[in-house]
Formats: sequence, structure tokens, C-alpha cells
Amino acid sequence: MSELLNFHFVVDGDDFTCAGQASVQVKKNLRQLGLPPEIIRRVSIAMYEGEINMVIHAGGGVADVNITEDFVEIILADKGPGIKDISQAMQEGYSTATDNIRSLGFGAGMGLPNMKRYTDYMSIDSVVGEGTTITMKVNIN
Amino acid sequence: MTVKQLTELEFFSSVTLPDPERSIDGVYIGDLLSWVMGRASSGDAWITIMSNVNILAVASLADTACIIVAENVKLDDVVIKTAEEKNINIIYSAVGAYETALALSKAL
Repeated sequence: MSELLNFHFVVDGDDFTCAGQASVQVKKNLRQLGLPPEIIRRVSIAMYEGEINMVIHAGGGVADVNITEDFVEIILADKGPGIKDISQAMQEGYSTATDNIRSLGFGAGMGLPNMKRYTDYMSIDSVVGEGTTITMKVNIN
Repeated sequence: MTVKQLTELEFFSSVTLPDPERSIDGVYIGDLLSWVMGRASSGDAWITIMSNVNILAVASLADTACIIVAENVKLDDVVIKTAEEKNINIIYSAVGAYETALALSKAL
């Protein structure tokens, strides 16, 4: 499948107030491409959750969004601490976020479950001490 | 009803309305941003007491009609300015989330 478009973003880990900028930009780009609103919503929510996770847990990272005729692929890669127990992290309500993060309205333990819920495919490749790469796909048709 | 019309009702006041004619189709109440983003529908008026800048990204991604900041919570100027730039409507409510929702229920 030929790749139609690629967007690359650096997610700044130092500035919590900027978190979400890449997702909002992707939403705009997808809208300009004329993708269905429900697809745009799913992609942007899943990506925002991932972006927030990279800021909270990993000190930032990089996000790549590939758009093909059949799907939108989101690849989020960081060099953070990694995820020790992925099945535990996937449980709704499980979170290792600090109280400070929770006071901002995050850390509800919904990030990874939401990413799974809103995508058609999700894989987590994580090595403790090295980092995490998450690949998600949302089918267009 | 439009977000502009909402600001004319008791308890409500406009903070910034870059898109005043946006229609309100429903209501969602919540402060946990992941929940709101996952469950609020496009066109909802979102009632919250959260005031940090991340509410703007959530409102933008969930495509809510407006953010209603309840309980007389006030926003920083930088949040308001960013909302204007991002085309996000914000309204203050002088009462709690429940009373705010009741007022919306009567009006919608």
C-alpha cells in the first residue's frame, strides 16, 4: 500500500501546557484531507492519549503519522523508563501518575485503554530502561 | 440553542466566544480529561471545574460546542487568549455543575 502522507512531530517533554499540540495539528490535517469525522475523532483521541503519556512518563518523544488509502497509522516512540507490566498498564484505572498530574485531570488510568478502544490495531513494544514504541492503526474503510 | 444565546441566560457569562453561532446539541459533565475526551460527543456543552490549559486540547479534540467552567472558577488570561486563537468557546457559570446542567436542561 502506497503511503500518501507522513507527518512527523517532536513531543516536548518539558512543557505540559503544550501537550496535545501534535494531536490537534493532526486533527486539522485529517480534516483538510476530508476524512470522515468519526475517523478523525478516533485518531486524534488515541494520539492525544499517547502524547500525554509521553509527556507524563517519558520526558517526551517523537510521533509519526502515516496516512494511506486504507488506514491512518500512528507511531509514538520515546526513550522513557519503559512499561514493566503491559497487561497491568492496560487495565482501566491503573495509573502510576503523580498527584500533581492527577490534579491536572490526568492519571485516571484511561490512557492506554482509550488508545486500544479507539483504534483497530495497537501494539506496545517496551523495554524497561530503554523506552516504549506504540503503533496504532485506524482503518479508514 | 447557540452558545451566544446561552450566555444571555441567568448564571452564565461569556469568557470568549470565537464561534458564537455554534449550536449546543447536548451536555457532558466531567473533570477527568481522558473520560471527557472519550465520552463527550461532538456539539456537547462540556461542564467542568478544571481550569488548566489542557482543557483546550480536550475540547478541541472532542469537538465540544463550548467549555462551561462552573462554580465561579476563573481561568488564567493565557488560557483565555489561547482559546481565542484555537477557536474554542468558553463560558463561565456562577453555579455548580448540577445547577448548570439543570439550567441547560430547561433551555435546550
